Amino acid sequence: MAKITLDDIGKIYPDGTRAVGHVNLDIQDGEFLVLVGPSGCGKSTILRMIAGLEEITEGKLYIGDQLVNDVPPKDRDIAMVFQNYALYPHMSVFDNMAFGLKLRKMPKEEIKRRVLEAAETLEITEFLDRKPKALSGGQRQRVAMGRAIVREPKAFLMDEPLSNLDAKLRVQMRTELSLLHKRLGTTTVYVTHDQVEAMTLGHRVAVLRAVSPQRPYNLQQVAPPTELFNEPVNLFVAGFIGSPAMNMVYGHLEADGDTVWAVFAGNRVKVDPVALERHPGIDERMGDRLVLGIRPGNFEAASHVAGADPDKQIEVNVEVTEMLGNETFVHFLLDEEPVMTPDIQELLGAAAEEEAVMGHKTQFTARVSPDVPVTAGDRLALVIDTAKMHFFDPTHGVRIGATPPPGMEAMVQS
Amino acid sequence: MTTATIAGAKKTGLARIVERWPVKTAVWLIAILWTIPSFGLLVTSFRPRDDIRGSGWWTVFPDVWDKAHWTLSNYQTVLSTGGFANAFLNSLAVTIPAVVIPITIAAFAAYGFAWMDFPGRHVLFALVVGLMVVPLQMALIPILRLYTRFDLVGSFPAVWLAHAGFGLPLAVYLLRNYMGSLPSSVIESAQIDGADHFTIFWRLILPLSVPVLASFAIFQFLWVWNDFLVALVFLGLEPRSQVLTVALANLAGNRGEAEHLLPAAAFVSMVLPMVVFLSLQRYFVRGLTAGSVKG
Repeated sequence: MAKITLDDIGKIYPDGTRAVGHVNLDIQDGEFLVLVGPSGCGKSTILRMIAGLEEITEGKLYIGDQLVNDVPPKDRDIAMVFQNYALYPHMSVFDNMAFGLKLRKMPKEEIKRRVLEAAETLEITEFLDRKPKALSGGQRQRVAMGRAIVREPKAFLMDEPLSNLDAKLRVQMRTELSLLHKRLGTTTVYVTHDQVEAMTLGHRVAVLRAVSPQRPYNLQQVAPPTELFNEPVNLFVAGFIGSPAMNMVYGHLEADGDTVWAVFAGNRVKVDPVALERHPGIDERMGDRLVLGIRPGNFEAASHVAGADPDKQIEVNVEVTEMLGNETFVHFLLDEEPVMTPDIQELLGAAAEEEAVMGHKTQFTARVSPDVPVTAGDRLALVIDTAKMHFFDPTHGVRIGATPPPGMEAMVQS
Repeated sequence: MTTATIAGAKKTGLARIVERWPVKTAVWLIAILWTIPSFGLLVTSFRPRDDIRGSGWWTVFPDVWDKAHWTLSNYQTVLSTGGFANAFLNSLAVTIPAVVIPITIAAFAAYGFAWMDFPGRHVLFALVVGLMVVPLQMALIPILRLYTRFDLVGSFPAVWLAHAGFGLPLAVYLLRNYMGSLPSSVIESAQIDGADHFTIFWRLILPLSVPVLASFAIFQFLWVWNDFLVALVFLGLEPRSQVLTVALANLAGNRGEAEHLLPAAAFVSMVLPMVVFLSLQRYFVRGLTAGSVKG
């Protein structure tokens, strides 16, 4: 086991395009770090550079204390699990797992002991004589894991290992992966585009974004899942983490004596002081146009909150409802043009144009208790937990009072 | 995709028959057209000499069971003619190395072109494939002069080298394309597991490439076995070293006086290629990578 250090890592392809820029990460010994981001954000490239499958064109990579930029993959003492499992099709499950050990000239007895032990852990002992093609997707995934485990490497690198499994199996394997990591304690770098996987598995999660010529930086925020959720550093992270996504609307704050009001789309709600404390320097932004963020989970039907503060309520026309059994999602529109900063455009991708066509309405989603009797067309009073409101700068999208992500410092200061 | 599947499922049995009818007819037609001459040859090879000269093979059908129509004497003559067995062995001695040599070289080259990064590999590959345009007939004389200088004319290595050389471009091309289509993650996985290029080639690529190796082996085997020109030019007519095709041509005699023996001789020479083809043809169906990656 070892820590992995990425010191200003970058990747420029021979044709001059940049895929990765200025990535600094200190992955602790035994840590489970997740790299997450939409497709094209460079997460797989970073993982492949750690593995040695992709040349590092900028910066330094350390595994343990050793500089490994020019060390070939086989000498980096890491194991990798691929999205498509990458099993050796002509070898039995046993030989698949033993292959790496045989090449390292390990004694036969030791190989057998390790393979059997890993097979037991992963519950694939009965398949050891089978070829991969006789296995189901989940079983192949376990073999791929087993092949990594038997090596007892310094670190596991996993490239979307669960994304080829069906939804139910994915959830199950996610739990098993988490337990496995607890048991082995091996440093793990895990790449995924699924933010639920990122949040449930990672000790820390690094949110990445595609580089652009103006902003040659991938990293947006590296933090434990709760921090990412509660204090996203900018609109990109705020919009990417959380499902359904955070609601965002243009608005401003008004100071009225000790009370601060958030004004947006014809509504006026009292902001809890806790929210203000979480945004240092917000006092100086009173009256400025801001982006207000409210997560769907921070709404509730006023009728279901005892002693709901009338100053923290809004009334909405319900457009669509989704009953999910243990919660209900209520969709409604606010009379304000949709938030469309570069961050949001990037997140929405092709859907951004659709959003623009929607015109001067902002879509909101609120989660309410399942026993709230609500159907499309109803008028509904919602209470907002304003202590959990988020405020962002509308030009560069950085959270008020937050340390801007690398590469955006200059924009924030100007 | 979904709509197409639904539409396909809705089709009745009749519509399906109508839809497949032209394809099936075409396949049957081609199969029959290609089989008739071989069948005729087979029938002819069992007919007496005078019958062959006097009437077509189809005339046996009105009274097939009449023993007077049939004879084994053609086969007896062919097999007992001096040098035919020797020619069979010579053909084997030419064909086996002429298949093994190019496959061995091409497998290494194809791996290099597909999975090793070295400057100029695309240009080199294009060059090798480009060599396929060199016509065999144009190269015969220069090669013969070269062989004369090295005193190779009339020896087996002369034919092995010629066939290996002319087979290599196609072999490299076929093998490289097949190896290049193997999933890269499997090779990367092996790299991380600690395998060097030779291990990857030997333990992964070769076993996974059996279908394409077999395909090329069949092509090359049939080509070399049936070859007449190269063997005639480099080995010559000398009975000690002549191959089956050359012996076959001699059998008929200079003026074709023994041409009634040709059908039987042709079938004798066809036996081995048939065995080779039928025993290897299952490798034409690619299915060996199933289960490696999700697909």
